[in-house]
Amino acid sequence: MADETARIEVILKRFPQIKRNALIPLLQAVQDEFGYISEEAISRIGTHLSLPTSKIYGLATFYNQFSFTPRGFYHVVLCNGTSCHMRCSGELLSELAKLLEIKDGETTRDGLFSLEVQSCIGACGQSPVMAVNCEYHSRISVKEVREIIKQYREDADR
Amino acid sequence: MQTDKEILIKLAQQNPSELSPDELGQTALLRKIQIPRPLVMVNSSTSGIVAGSMRTWEAIEQYAAERSIDIDLAETGSIGLSSEDPVISVQLPGRCRIFFSRITAEKVSCLLDDLFHREVPDQHVIGQLIREGQEPWKDVPSLEDIPYFALQSRIVLESCGIIDPFSLEEYIAGGGYRAFLLTIRSYTFSEVCDLVSDSGLRGRSGGGFSTGEKWKAAFRTPSDQKFLVCNAEESDPGAFMDRTLMEGDPFRLLEGISIAAYAIGSNRAYIYIRSEYKNAIRRINNAIKILREMGLLGDNILDSGYNLQISLRKGPGAFVCGEETALIASLEGRRGIPSSKPPYPSTSGYLGRPTVVNNVETLSNLPGIIRNGPDWFKGIGTTECPGTKIFSISGRVKLTGLVEVPLGTSFDTIVNKIIGGVGKGRELKALHVGGPSGCMVPVELMDIPVTYETLKEKGLIMGSGGIFVMDDQSCVVNTVSYFMEYMNKQSCGKCIPCREGTRRMAEILRSIIRKPADEEEHTTLDRFKGMMRLETLAEVMKDTSLCGLGQNAPNPVVSTLKYFKNEYEEHIFDRRCPSNSCTELRSWFIDVDLCTGCSICAKRCPAEAIIGTARHPYFIVQEKCIGCGICHEVCKFTAVYYK
Repeated sequence: MADETARIEVILKRFPQIKRNALIPLLQAVQDEFGYISEEAISRIGTHLSLPTSKIYGLATFYNQFSFTPRGFYHVVLCNGTSCHMRCSGELLSELAKLLEIKDGETTRDGLFSLEVQSCIGACGQSPVMAVNCEYHSRISVKEVREIIKQYREDADR
Repeated sequence: MQTDKEILIKLAQQNPSELSPDELGQTALLRKIQIPRPLVMVNSSTSGIVAGSMRTWEAIEQYAAERSIDIDLAETGSIGLSSEDPVISVQLPGRCRIFFSRITAEKVSCLLDDLFHREVPDQHVIGQLIREGQEPWKDVPSLEDIPYFALQSRIVLESCGIIDPFSLEEYIAGGGYRAFLLTIRSYTFSEVCDLVSDSGLRGRSGGGFSTGEKWKAAFRTPSDQKFLVCNAEESDPGAFMDRTLMEGDPFRLLEGISIAAYAIGSNRAYIYIRSEYKNAIRRINNAIKILREMGLLGDNILDSGYNLQISLRKGPGAFVCGEETALIASLEGRRGIPSSKPPYPSTSGYLGRPTVVNNVETLSNLPGIIRNGPDWFKGIGTTECPGTKIFSISGRVKLTGLVEVPLGTSFDTIVNKIIGGVGKGRELKALHVGGPSGCMVPVELMDIPVTYETLKEKGLIMGSGGIFVMDDQSCVVNTVSYFMEYMNKQSCGKCIPCREGTRRMAEILRSIIRKPADEEEHTTLDRFKGMMRLETLAEVMKDTSLCGLGQNAPNPVVSTLKYFKNEYEEHIFDRRCPSNSCTELRSWFIDVDLCTGCSICAKRCPAEAIIGTARHPYFIVQEKCIGCGICHEVCKFTAVYYK
């Protein structure tokens, strides 16, 4: 816990100007550092910028980038762009939800996997696309999804 | 002794026709026309990386190290053919550069072996780039002769996929930064505004408002500080032109931003970019750093007395932030909620100061306009809409990628001639133009010239330029429902027509593409009534929503009700999807002749809807079937079919 506080302080030092327009870059820095925004981070940012925590929470929930639960060891991103949707990314999503037993934006209990659906990864020529910790899997089928997840599970066991 | 910096600035100042032979030699070296060693360039843009270009990169490094061949390996952007990735290009000293498609890691050694023996493999060749002073390869088509490139007018995309996006030298040697130096040395602020307004350049993000007029409004407003914001919040699913531009040619965008900032008399520019665009962010940050070192950004740029700072701001992800007032709210550290206009941002925007918000593509057009003059620009496209537009084409097509054509080109040329139409044996059904708030264009309207005005006359919009192609296997209602769900999620919630309207529309559409919960008669009537209400709901949303997002959200519904009403009716009355893509409306059957009675389908059926005894044909109970299609997937004898 003390470690987390220290890391937050380091980030806050990078934003010396106490202005409202520093709020989003600050939250982004926290998100990049921890992978999520903790309650403690919100209250520390609130004191730093003299803003009520309710305002910060209200802003952070408005945007898609911020999450409030820690990410899994493997962060699975599934693209649901138009092209991927047409090539059955919906079926991939229900398969992933079934395999991992979590919904979009959640993390598994053992903290191994987290799932995020993005509106478009931008590789429509390779659809449907899935990324696990920035490692991309393109033109995948339901069967391949099962194999990929199984592979990561085995890797984690080792 | 001149430093590198001075040489570069000198190159940027001069007309290509006035270069001395020495300087010409330098330019050829910097532009990689003359090279000392073999050169391999790998497309490391997002679509390349997704397709595995980094593994290809490693394979090339390994190949060179194993055989101790001295080669130059460089990154480049995408040439626009994203379905053909990983694209790599190889250039041997004195010879033309050849582009190859789909070079995955295992194909590297085979390809390079052939090339180093001066042989070109039969497969994977896209074409060769013919430039002065290089010997062309025999039997390899020139890039300009392939239909995909031949019918395009690449002005903004001219160097994408050809130059190294990390190298300012290469950009300057290709004629870059001449426009900016010309601007700050020879023109006053208002002259640049006049020049761009005279060229007739219009905003490329969808509205089509004159860029020069927007600048003039900001320029005329007195203020202690003005801001220029580059809108790179490209959140439309299926649109990737701004991303490709930023990844392939970041210096062109930065030169455009510098020109625009100078024109409105601003010293501060922001690039508001989607935070997911990590690759583009890396390149833009690198470009800004190099430009600062070179003195092309910062205080007193090249002793002209003009100061400019450009900083990058990552958008935290909200579709509505593509709207300029919402974008400004987000920059100020508030929720990205639009405000009503007037006041327009050009008089009161970021921090209450005059702010011009321009799109990436608009800004990337500027260097060309300043360098070649407004008359050159007016010569391209139509009189009302001069210039070119980049479209990103995806969906059920042969090639997925970017197409840059003069405005006024027909959809038919773009989709059928350049991209090569839909897959073999399929039939083109419709084009969805302009992302989630765009319109469905039926095949009958494929011949109209694409300009802001002609599309408006037909009740269509251009949007940001994403074209999604649908063939006879794609369902119109399903796609519209997908877009409406997306809009519902992205609505900021400030005004009721948009927040509630998108939700009700999504509900109605969802009920149409799903099986009714029960078979009582009035459910069909309810579904039909829902469809009737869609039209009135669309009208209310169009008239009363606050910003473009809500006003344009019903576009897909309105255009499909107009042109594809029969598909809606078929879904409602026959409970059947004509293209069989609405999974929940499918009815599955087992072919008694093909079924061997292996029982695997019955074991895997999640609804226990398959009954029978082993070694005899099985049977699907339609009342229990949920239409998931797992039985079809697991059947080894292709006995399960749908109708």
